[in-house]
Amino acid sequence: MSQYRLDHLEQLESEAIHIMREVAGQFEKPALLFSGGKDSITLVHLALKTFRPGKFPFPLVHIDTGHNFREALDFRDELADKIGEKLIVRKVADTIKQQNLTEPKGKFASRNALQTFTLLDTINEFKFDACIGGARRDEEKARAKERIFSVRDEFGQWDPKLQRPELWNTYNGRIHKGENVRVFPISNWTELDIWNYIRRENIDLPSIYFAHNREVLEYEGQLVATSEFIQLEETDKISIRKVRYRTVGDMTCTAAVESTASNIDDIIKEIIATKTSERGETRIDDRVSEAAMEDRKKSGYF
Amino acid sequence: MDILRFITAGSVDDGKSTLIGRLLYDSKSIMIDQLEAIERQTKNRGEGDIDLALLTDGLRAEREQGITIDVAYKYFSTPRRKFIIADAPGHIQYTRNMVTGASNADLIIILVDARNGVIEQTRRHSIIASLLNIPHVVVAINKMDIVGYSQDTYNNIVIDFAKVAASLGLKNVTYIPISALDGDNIVDRSENFSWYEGEPLLHLLENVEVASDVDLTHARFPVQYVIRPQTDVLHDYRGYAGKLISGIYRKGDKVTVLPSGVQSKIKAIEIGGKEIEEAFAPQSIVLHLEDNIDVSRGDVIVASNDLPKVAQELDILICWMGNKPLAAGNRYLLQINSRLVKSIVKEIHYKLNVNSLEQEPSPELVSLNDIVKATIKTASPVAYDVYTDLRVNGGAILIDETSNVTVGACMIQ
Repeated sequence: MSQYRLDHLEQLESEAIHIMREVAGQFEKPALLFSGGKDSITLVHLALKTFRPGKFPFPLVHIDTGHNFREALDFRDELADKIGEKLIVRKVADTIKQQNLTEPKGKFASRNALQTFTLLDTINEFKFDACIGGARRDEEKARAKERIFSVRDEFGQWDPKLQRPELWNTYNGRIHKGENVRVFPISNWTELDIWNYIRRENIDLPSIYFAHNREVLEYEGQLVATSEFIQLEETDKISIRKVRYRTVGDMTCTAAVESTASNIDDIIKEIIATKTSERGETRIDDRVSEAAMEDRKKSGYF
Repeated sequence: MDILRFITAGSVDDGKSTLIGRLLYDSKSIMIDQLEAIERQTKNRGEGDIDLALLTDGLRAEREQGITIDVAYKYFSTPRRKFIIADAPGHIQYTRNMVTGASNADLIIILVDARNGVIEQTRRHSIIASLLNIPHVVVAINKMDIVGYSQDTYNNIVIDFAKVAASLGLKNVTYIPISALDGDNIVDRSENFSWYEGEPLLHLLENVEVASDVDLTHARFPVQYVIRPQTDVLHDYRGYAGKLISGIYRKGDKVTVLPSGVQSKIKAIEIGGKEIEEAFAPQSIVLHLEDNIDVSRGDVIVASNDLPKVAQELDILICWMGNKPLAAGNRYLLQINSRLVKSIVKEIHYKLNVNSLEQEPSPELVSLNDIVKATIKTASPVAYDVYTDLRVNGGAILIDETSNVTVGACMIQ
C-alpha cells in the first residue's frame, strides 16, 4: 500500500505543478514574478519540473526597487541565464521619474509601496493577464484569506469581500479585458515546507540566506544592514554581526537574524526552534498597522 | 508525513475560533510576535482576555464585526502530519464560503455547543458535509465544562446526531467531548472525561486514515497542457501534461481519450523530466501515447477497461453561489477539471431545505446559498463520474459568462 502514497512535500509539489499548468492552459500572456528570494526561486524550480523539456510559457519578471541586495540580483541574473529563460526587469526608479512620484522619506525610506506602480505599469506594458507569485498563506493573516487564483481589477486591486468561490481543484481564470489574475501555486506551503523542499531538491540559494558577517544597525530589536539606502545617525548602534536572512526583500525593510547556520540543515534546525514568525522577525513594513498587508493588497500589491 | 485537510464548521459562539486557536497554540504554531500582536489589539479595544479569534479573522471587516466572512487557511504540523485548516464561516448567509472550504476537505469538525445540542445549524453543516461527500466527520461536543462534564448530556447529543447522520448517510462519524477553552481533550486526554474512552482530538486528527481516500482504482487523467518543445532534438516530442486525479497508470496500459473515444496505449510516463514505469494519483505527470492522435486541453485520458460516463445531459445538485438568481433557461459555462463547455439549465427539480432536508418541488426562486437539484444540457459531451463515487471527477463549477464569476458548485449525480 505504502508505495502509492505521496508525502506532504510531494503532495504540495504536485499541487503547485497542477496550478502552474492551469495558468499555462488558461491564459494568453502569463508572467512569473521573480525576485531572487527563496520562494520565487522555489517557483522557478517547480516551473522547470512543470514544463521541461519545453520552454516556460511565460517570462520571469522582476520589479526592481533599486534597494535590493546585490547578492539576490546577481543570483537572479545567473539563474535566468543558466536555465535559458527570458527575464524582464523593470525599475521603480524609472517609474518615479516618468510619473513624477514622490520618493518616501525617513530613516528607512522604503520603496515598497511604489513597487505597486511599477508592477501595474509592467502588467500594462506587456498586457500580462496572469502573474504567478510566491506568496504563501502562512505568511500573514490577509494572505491566509486569499484564493489561489486571485482576480484583480484593472487597478490591480484585491477585493477581499468579492472573492470567487474556489472549489475542489478547479480554477476559474476567466477575466475581462484589463483585469488580471494573481496566481499563488505555493499558497499551502509553510516556511518550513519551503526549506525542507529546498533541502530535498538541492536547490541553490543566494549566499545571504546563510550565516555571514555583516555590518548592521540595531533598531527596535531588529538588525538592519547598513547601506546607502538607510540614513544613519550618530547615535545609531552599529556593529558587525554574524547573521543570515530569513526573507529577502528590500534592504530598507528587511531585517537579518543572528545566526551561525551555514547550511540548510542548520537553518531548518533554527527555524524549527524559532519563536518568532517569518515576517514578524524580518519585515519592517508589516509593523505599520494590523491591516498593513490587507491595505497594500487592496491597492494592487502582491 | 502526509497532509490532512480539514474544515471547522461552527460559529464563534460555538467556540470555533477558540478551538483553532487552541490547536495552533498547543502545537506551538503561534509565534510570540503574533501573540503580542493580538494582545495589543485586545488592549486597544479595552477588552480583557486575549481573543484568539483575532488570530483567525484576517480581514479588517471581520475583526470589526467579530465574525468570519470568508475562509481562512491556517497551518500547523506535528511530527506525524501537516494540517491545513479551512476556517470557514458558519452562518447561513456564508454557506457558499463554507462549501468552498469543504470542497477540498478530508475531514470536517462539526462543533456542537453542549448547552444547545443538535440545532438547525448543526443539521445544515451536516448536510453540507454529506453533499460534498467529506470522507470523515468529527462531531466535537464543546463547552462540556459548562455542563459539568455530564456524560448524559454528551450521550443525548450523540443519540440526536446519530439520527441526523443516518438520514444523511454520513459515514465515519466520530464523537468527542471537549472544552476548547480549557484545552480538555484537545491534545491530551482530560481527567474530566473519565467516562470517555476515545482518544483526544489531536490524536484523532493525526491518525485518521486518509491515504485510502485517494482512489487508486479508476484511472482519470485530465489533460491540462500539451508540452511541445519543437526544437531540433525534440522535434517529435509531444507530452500531455496533467495530474492523475485518480487511479494508477503503467507503461503499456490501454487508454481511451474522451470525449472523442479514440484509443491508444501509454508509451511513456514522465515526472519532473524523468521517465518512470508507473504513476499514481495525485501525481502531476507527463503522458506520451503510442499513436499520434488529436489530444488537447479539456480531454480526459482514461483506462480503456474502466470508462467514466459520457453525456450531454447531466443531473446535478447545485449549491448556488451567484448573487443573481438561478432559473431554468439560463446559460452558463460548465468547468469540470480542465474541460470548459457551454451549458443551459433545462429544469430545476427541487430545492433542498438545508435545515429540514425537505424537498420543495419546482421552486419559484433560486437564490444565493440555495441547494437545488437540476438538469443541465451541455454543448458537447462531458466525461464524468458520479460525485459520490469519485469526487475528483464528479465536481464541476458553473461560471457566469458575462461576469466571469463562479456561480455554482455542482455535484454530478
